Amino acid sequence: MSQLSLTDRDREEMLAAIGVSSVEELFRDIPEGVRFRGDLDIESALSEQELVAHLEELAAKNVHTGAELSFLGAGIYDHYVPAVVDAVMQRGELLTAYTPYQPEMSQGVLQGIFEYQTAICELTGMDVSNASGYDGATVAADACYVAKHVTGRSKVVLAEAVSPQVRQVVKTYAPGFGLEVVDVPHRDGATDPDELGEAARDAACVIFQQPNFFGVLEPAPDLAAAANEAGALSVAHVDPLSLGVLEAPGAYGAALAIGEGQPAGNYQAYGGPHYGFIASRADYVRRMPGRIVGETTDVDGKRAYVLTLQTREQHIRREKATSNITTNQTLLALAGLAYLSWLGPQGLREVGETCMGLAAYAKERLGLPLLFPDQTTFKEFAVRVGRPAEEVVREACAKGVHPGYALKRDYAGVEDALLVSVTEKRTPADIDRLAEVLAT
Amino acid sequence: MAAAESYPDELRYHSEHDWARIEGDEATLGVTWFAQDALGELVHYEPPEDGSDVARGASYGEVESVKAVSDVIAPLSGTIVAVNQKVVDEPETVNADPYGEGWLVRIKLSTPSEVDELMDAEKYKAFVAEQ
Amino acid sequence: MKLIYEKSSPGRRASTLPSYDVPGVEVPPELAREEPPRLPEISEPELVRHFTELSTRTFGVDTGFYPLGSCTMKHNPRVNERVVNLPGFRDLHPLQEAEGAQGALELMWRLQNELAEVAGLPAVSLQPAAGSQGELTGLMLMRAYFADRGEQRHKVVVADTAHGTNPASVTMAGFELQKVETDERGNIDVAHLREMVDGDTAGLMLTNPSTLGLFDEHIEEIAAIFHEAGALLYYDGANLNAVCGISRPGDMGFDIVHFNLHKTFSQPHGGGGPGGGPIAVRDRLEPFLPVPAIVREGEAFRFDYDRPKSIGKVRGYYGPFGVFVRSYAYIRSYGPALREMSEVAVLNANYLLARLKDAYDLPFDRLCMHEFVLSARTLKKEHGITALDVAKRLMDYGFHPPTIYFPLIVPEALMIEPTETEAKETLDAFADAMLEIARDAAESPDVIKEAPHDRPVRRVDEVKAAKRAVVKYGFEDHPDLTKESSEARELEAQKGA
Repeated sequence: MSQLSLTDRDREEMLAAIGVSSVEELFRDIPEGVRFRGDLDIESALSEQELVAHLEELAAKNVHTGAELSFLGAGIYDHYVPAVVDAVMQRGELLTAYTPYQPEMSQGVLQGIFEYQTAICELTGMDVSNASGYDGATVAADACYVAKHVTGRSKVVLAEAVSPQVRQVVKTYAPGFGLEVVDVPHRDGATDPDELGEAARDAACVIFQQPNFFGVLEPAPDLAAAANEAGALSVAHVDPLSLGVLEAPGAYGAALAIGEGQPAGNYQAYGGPHYGFIASRADYVRRMPGRIVGETTDVDGKRAYVLTLQTREQHIRREKATSNITTNQTLLALAGLAYLSWLGPQGLREVGETCMGLAAYAKERLGLPLLFPDQTTFKEFAVRVGRPAEEVVREACAKGVHPGYALKRDYAGVEDALLVSVTEKRTPADIDRLAEVLAT
Repeated sequence: MAAAESYPDELRYHSEHDWARIEGDEATLGVTWFAQDALGELVHYEPPEDGSDVARGASYGEVESVKAVSDVIAPLSGTIVAVNQKVVDEPETVNADPYGEGWLVRIKLSTPSEVDELMDAEKYKAFVAEQ
Repeated sequence: MKLIYEKSSPGRRASTLPSYDVPGVEVPPELAREEPPRLPEISEPELVRHFTELSTRTFGVDTGFYPLGSCTMKHNPRVNERVVNLPGFRDLHPLQEAEGAQGALELMWRLQNELAEVAGLPAVSLQPAAGSQGELTGLMLMRAYFADRGEQRHKVVVADTAHGTNPASVTMAGFELQKVETDERGNIDVAHLREMVDGDTAGLMLTNPSTLGLFDEHIEEIAAIFHEAGALLYYDGANLNAVCGISRPGDMGFDIVHFNLHKTFSQPHGGGGPGGGPIAVRDRLEPFLPVPAIVREGEAFRFDYDRPKSIGKVRGYYGPFGVFVRSYAYIRSYGPALREMSEVAVLNANYLLARLKDAYDLPFDRLCMHEFVLSARTLKKEHGITALDVAKRLMDYGFHPPTIYFPLIVPEALMIEPTETEAKETLDAFADAMLEIARDAAESPDVIKEAPHDRPVRRVDEVKAAKRAVVKYGFEDHPDLTKESSEARELEAQKGA
């Protein structure tokens, strides 16, 4: 077996040193009543090349974004991942290192996370970021846990225009946190600040999304202000690739900024693994869940990095921890750092402008009625296709074009609405092709 | 930099390793040498708000070191009349001088009879020896 | 080494982006970005060098021996990296129609079956993103199960040797924690347990073998105590590497099991993640599993969202799919003889234990499973050498230290898990190093106290880190901590996981 390094002779010598005559004897403490005998009913073992062939066969049954022209978004996006990200993710030391609990052995990972934390703070205009959360949905649950402890209140408010995945995960966590969840409906695709403020009056936090699930630009500064005035923590769920053109949540007074990191440097990978990010104002640093890397010096006075404020975490604080998170998403967050470093501030602005420009061109070119005609959108927008959207999707896919997401899967009363997403990987010619397919 | 082990005679002690210095109808509170030694060098003090009430046996704040966060338990009930800003700014003051400059809060007592239930220095020293 | 921000220079840029001949769009001024974020401005050559340098300052399993107890730092097969990057997996959108994702659905369905077999429990959800999320999910299942039966149960029992995530998960799920003690043989104290389990007990969270590396000899009795009280048993799968194909948690009496795909099933640790924490449960808990479920109908696979009793979703989409690809490939590389992985893991651990137990304190004198715990208590008492010092000195020999100061019930603990992928020569070199350190403790303790000598940094000031809380680069306002007090400070013990 290629993964094992012991030879038969090694085994004999080792058994002798231990003082037993067989490997079976090593398991003598296991009561016979719970001892499993025989082979597990698992599929046959495959040699390496058979394994690759089998997996290639499975992979070939999937229609990936290289195999069709895709305008599918709705939370996970087909943005370009540059070759330097692959190079970083494949470095064996970064790939196979553990959590950096021994700083002398892990300065590379620790410094990388410190740089990632800095990048997230820069994007979001916040003072402190953690080392990553599981994904863009669970960080919303994390934010609710923070807000509960900061405010002592037991209600959270979600704008309905926040991603359905995010809302569903928050609702799953809420009962255990002792939190009630209230949705504020969207009005013509956006959220009304007065309505949000009203709901926020006894809330621990308010979560809104910018751009929202429909691709619409929310009046984010007003939403944050409404929450703040009501004494609730304002939590902005943001698209990292929009933050070159859209204002940072910290600049308009949000208390926390969270989001899904996938658009910034991760492949779609059928939904994961990716990284969630969560950042806050300095006031909440001791409430932040998960790991945080801090700067310090060593005995020789050299600059060094180390996991800090660990007393918040599960392995010290145990039942009073700010979260139970241990393993997080470090490698994906480092990929995000590599991507954002590749882009630079100029590149981030350009990619945002390009997506907006292409999406506007698509709106024009498709010539279909918009679901929310009065709203400004970023890289996604909803159109009405005049008949059940799922049918339209199926027919278009049969022609090698995935036209977008049928909003009826999550929202009522929008049978014929399609959410079309346009990233910098689509060209005007691609959009022309989409228009052609949807016109038939 | 930490002080030498001591448990002043004029103070009263609580089993959660807090001390009280009674001054008329007020008391100054802090954590004992044993507590600061177990925690290690303090890096943070989360104080209560001025004017808030504390109840005997309940937590009124947190002290934090690199290896642990600890609730600070009130040995007596009352209302906060002062918070020691020096410890907020330099938490390691508690390690250097736990009974002097390292005081945490001063309270106005609501139930002075509770003082009788605290340990004196001898009893507390014996209690610590068993830990 | 400089930070990437310190290598930036205005105007430098690594990216090239396409531009299209389409009209620009104005962002409404009240929503528009005013100050650009200060991301690095760096060229590709500098970027690649920077990350290469970061990686050379990091020690991974690829670098050397990494015996962290309860982390299972086994070799990560390279073929897994090849298959996870097949475009059909890598570039697949999670909201793709089911007809266009049949390969992904089939892989998940097959992995579920393999995990069900290992667990000895029939129903599986792959959704949780990591072990601790699996724990939380399991506890939510418990709550939903009792609510469905109209029962109010508030307490969950956890062993005093438990990993810190267990009590944290208990609190996050809204339960009250009760701690049960370990006896002198390293088993749960059954008498103590009997006293605390009653009609208000929801369940037990336990890993078996425990974090002491010992199989609980009374597991059948323990399971009976909880089941008789109408409570459930939750298995923390962190130590599953010891017993795959040898003892199944379902057969031990557990009702809910979580797996750590990044421990037992070779997902690389990535410097702290990603991982995967799927769960397997008994039939009566199946209705409460997260939504969607994956079902097979004839030759086709689809998602089932019609699950009215489900607890909901614990994570976006279906879980960390890339991790599933690797774990599935790993299990298929062993096939039905998966037990060999555990047999060799246990053999390697017992061999190391045999070589080391006379030079260090052994809290429990039994055969171990895949890991064992030693104590540096005598070294500390007689020579002032602590578990921390031993850990730092091991770095000078080119090894990553074992887990230290865990489990909490053993003072000066060293928790050692070699895993099955190590060669005997490596185990011998590690044992030789540990023995030499024990000798040096008496003869030349200073060389140990001052270790490590050759790493990029030496012992760090954790107190300064916590006090100053410098958690991002401050650009022009970044403090220079090297100019602040550099007196030798007593450095605190670092807790392992």
